Amino acid sequence: MLERLGLQSLEDLLEPVPEEVRLRRPLNLPPALAEPDLKRLMTGMAARNKSLDRVISFLGAGTYEHAIPSVVPHLQRRSEFVTSYTPYQPEVSQGMLQAIYEFQTMVCQLTGLDIANASLYDGATALVEAVFMALGPGGQGEVVVSAGVDPQYRRVLRTYAHARGFSVREVATENGVTSLAALEAAVGPETVAVAIQQPNFFGCIEDVKAIEPLVHRQSRTVFISVTSEPASFGLLASPAEYQADIAVGELMSFGNPMSFGGPALGFLAARERFLRLMPGRLVGQTVEEGGAKQTGYVLTLQAREQHIRRERATSNICTNQSLLAVGATIYMAALGKEGLRELAALCLHKAHYAQRQISALPGFEPAFSSPFFDEFVIRLPISASRLQEHLLQYDIIGGYDLGRDYPDLADHMLFCVTEMRTRDDIDRLVAALKEVAA
Amino acid sequence: MSVEPLIFEKGAPGRRAATLPALDVPAEPLESLVPPHLLRQEPAPLPEVSEIEIVRHYTHLSQRNFGVDTGFYPLGSCTMKYNPKLNEDMAALPGFALLHPLQPESTVQGAIQLQYELEQYLAEIAGMARVTLQPSAGAHGELTGLMLIKAYHEHRGEGHRNLVLIPDNAHGTNPASATLAGYRAVEIKTDPATGGLDMERLRSLLDSQGRQVAAIMLTNPNTLGIFDRNAVEIARLVHEAGGQLYYDGANANAVLGITRPGDMGFDVVHFNLHKTCSTPHGGGGPGAGPIGVKEHLVPFLPGPLPARDEQGNYYWADPGPLSIGKVRANTGNFGVLVRAYAYIRTYGPDGLLRVAQSAILNANYLRHELASDYEIAFPQVRLCQHEFVATAQRQKQESGVTANDIAKRLLDFGMYAPTVYFPLIVHEAMMIEPTETETRETLDYFIKVMRQIAHEARADPEVVKTAPHTTPVGRLDQALAARRPNLRWKPGQEATHGLGQP
Repeated sequence: MLERLGLQSLEDLLEPVPEEVRLRRPLNLPPALAEPDLKRLMTGMAARNKSLDRVISFLGAGTYEHAIPSVVPHLQRRSEFVTSYTPYQPEVSQGMLQAIYEFQTMVCQLTGLDIANASLYDGATALVEAVFMALGPGGQGEVVVSAGVDPQYRRVLRTYAHARGFSVREVATENGVTSLAALEAAVGPETVAVAIQQPNFFGCIEDVKAIEPLVHRQSRTVFISVTSEPASFGLLASPAEYQADIAVGELMSFGNPMSFGGPALGFLAARERFLRLMPGRLVGQTVEEGGAKQTGYVLTLQAREQHIRRERATSNICTNQSLLAVGATIYMAALGKEGLRELAALCLHKAHYAQRQISALPGFEPAFSSPFFDEFVIRLPISASRLQEHLLQYDIIGGYDLGRDYPDLADHMLFCVTEMRTRDDIDRLVAALKEVAA
Repeated sequence: MSVEPLIFEKGAPGRRAATLPALDVPAEPLESLVPPHLLRQEPAPLPEVSEIEIVRHYTHLSQRNFGVDTGFYPLGSCTMKYNPKLNEDMAALPGFALLHPLQPESTVQGAIQLQYELEQYLAEIAGMARVTLQPSAGAHGELTGLMLIKAYHEHRGEGHRNLVLIPDNAHGTNPASATLAGYRAVEIKTDPATGGLDMERLRSLLDSQGRQVAAIMLTNPNTLGIFDRNAVEIARLVHEAGGQLYYDGANANAVLGITRPGDMGFDVVHFNLHKTCSTPHGGGGPGAGPIGVKEHLVPFLPGPLPARDEQGNYYWADPGPLSIGKVRANTGNFGVLVRAYAYIRTYGPDGLLRVAQSAILNANYLRHELASDYEIAFPQVRLCQHEFVATAQRQKQESGVTANDIAKRLLDFGMYAPTVYFPLIVHEAMMIEPTETETRETLDYFIKVMRQIAHEARADPEVVKTAPHTTPVGRLDQALAARRPNLRWKPGQEATHGLGQP
């Protein structure tokens, strides 16, 4: 090949790179490893982690452990899906396009809303994108966010708010749910959007039916609902049923391994009127040109997107989470209409059983009396970090230490119980807690 | 050709695939746990299908999709190299895949260690002081990088800087990211003589508005596949004006071990691990867009950052009070990072250099061999880097055959298409990036097919204009899709048109 180019050596090929910037030494990296050696190294690293197949975990706090039926990875990992790019050439990308069209449909079915996009990085950035939609291009204003929204989501929102230029006002919670009085006082003519999480970060069920009129009292204020535990869609009122305008959140736990928190699967659904403001890819159904008119799928409304509109795009997103969307789609097909309801009921009842058992221990008290879904907050007789250490002896990982984000909730733990925890798991947790009970 | 009906058109009421554990705890009545007005009225109408229906349906869909494992994928600027199976296995190890992001540090030592080491590898490859692994994609890295630059300027009392200079051949994400970061994008033309940045224009912009310039975003080699020899001079000029230099790493496959953005004078660089480090694109994602920065930007990095104490324990370190904050939940696309780690350890320093050399060689070979039948953008530039831009201008003039037609015709020969109509500054552009993982035989087949298509364009243009002929569907009506958006299935919607098997 060099010969065809009239060159002597590979070095000749690098002539366009000026000598002054050439790296004239090997990169300082470890030497190459053969496959068996690499496997040994990385299997060893993996073994230094206590993965969830080796412990009993009661962690939720934005990332949820739900069973993944074998059928999901078997189909999701088909290499025609895995090794394809964004479907720019629809004629040879019908599989991915149709799967994403099905994903968009299922997100609409979960949320009850009209339209959904092909996915976003994660729930936190999906919330940011929803706020951008509410602001509109170049728009200014204030976003009101409940302190019941995941602290990580709020931190991400503040980062973006500073760069893009809008303000964020937080509304306190009371008894584990958004304070209606504080919300009413916070929403005014400047409010472009209100974001409420359902169920919220404490696992509590917000009275979204009472919140909605407070939001829409200002006719132009956009009601954004956030959901990071999608199992709740099986039992709790859908965002459409409580008049949300945009619904965002996290669908990773439907069919995808939690993989230390990423890649995740942000979703975004909205009312029809937001169509031209939607961020990211949208797949649409159409037909062939010419006579045949067979059904097909394409990326559509691309005039919104960065590769066409550049600095005037609705978002800068290009890469999304398509493969995870395929996993979630297969998962939801496997679970089905009745399965989703059953899943939600299992999570709800198991969590309530655990909460009753733990609350019966001296020194362990429920922090709130508000209704909850599959997570609940307990005030501990000792510090959360000491309790965590105690539980680890039994290969149990306790809940999330809320003191990390809420100074007034030091010594409080957020426990999560999904369908993955058996009664025996819960009883073992309770037995271990009993040892430190007051 | 047969079509595949939607999953919603399959199944029957009561059918289902997944099983759930029995309720093994005493349960209180639902109404006592959730206030009735907050319960769902209409259940989500998810499909009701059996497992075999699911398996056949998604198997059919995968068969209607083209990946790198199917065939040659010369999609310019997307670096569609082979994705090693080994890396997939590593990411799927339970010790990596089954980790909760909020587990106590003592239980995730291997995971933090992997990220700690990967950060060091990427910093070395880029010539940077530190790297954050948090951004989820290239565009996310761009935005994060611009946020860092903004924080840096503000910290120095120069928050008034509001312009970001971007060449007219840049990826569309660059100007979109600049807008989201609260900046105004200013376009700089390409020098028609060199294919690099118009230096005269840069100088005059810096003279007149230098005090407003926050940064310049460059891809080097740029999207024309041309290495901008003025990189160091650009860095000097922009730095002199008080601006920062952002390196769009989409084309980093061309520089591995050959040169480093840090050595060229850049302050921030993002990697597209789903390009350069071979993690699969998954039909559009996930990716990962770590960014590397020079020392002066380290205090502004998002946190937490992986760290190691004197006892050799790994932990997450707080980045300090100047940090811009978080740009996503948790610490990054870990599953993608595991694959990138495996990639770098498999290749080592010599292997990575060979990756870049081979990528450049393959691109130059194609460019040379296609020049007889297609016009090449900037033919006066003797050697391209890892990609190049050919055009269909000759074909369009002679017979009305466009770049899009040629792209569609390539599909008939079992290959994917180049990136077409990009960069925007070249008419009828076909941006071709073969990558290093293709064999000589594959490259020769591509050349043969491209020559045949050029021949068809002269002898029988209709066959090209009506392509593809052998794909699951023919050309689709894009205008209809945009005019009457149908973005979801609804009950009662007309069934999928065509003969579909159950």
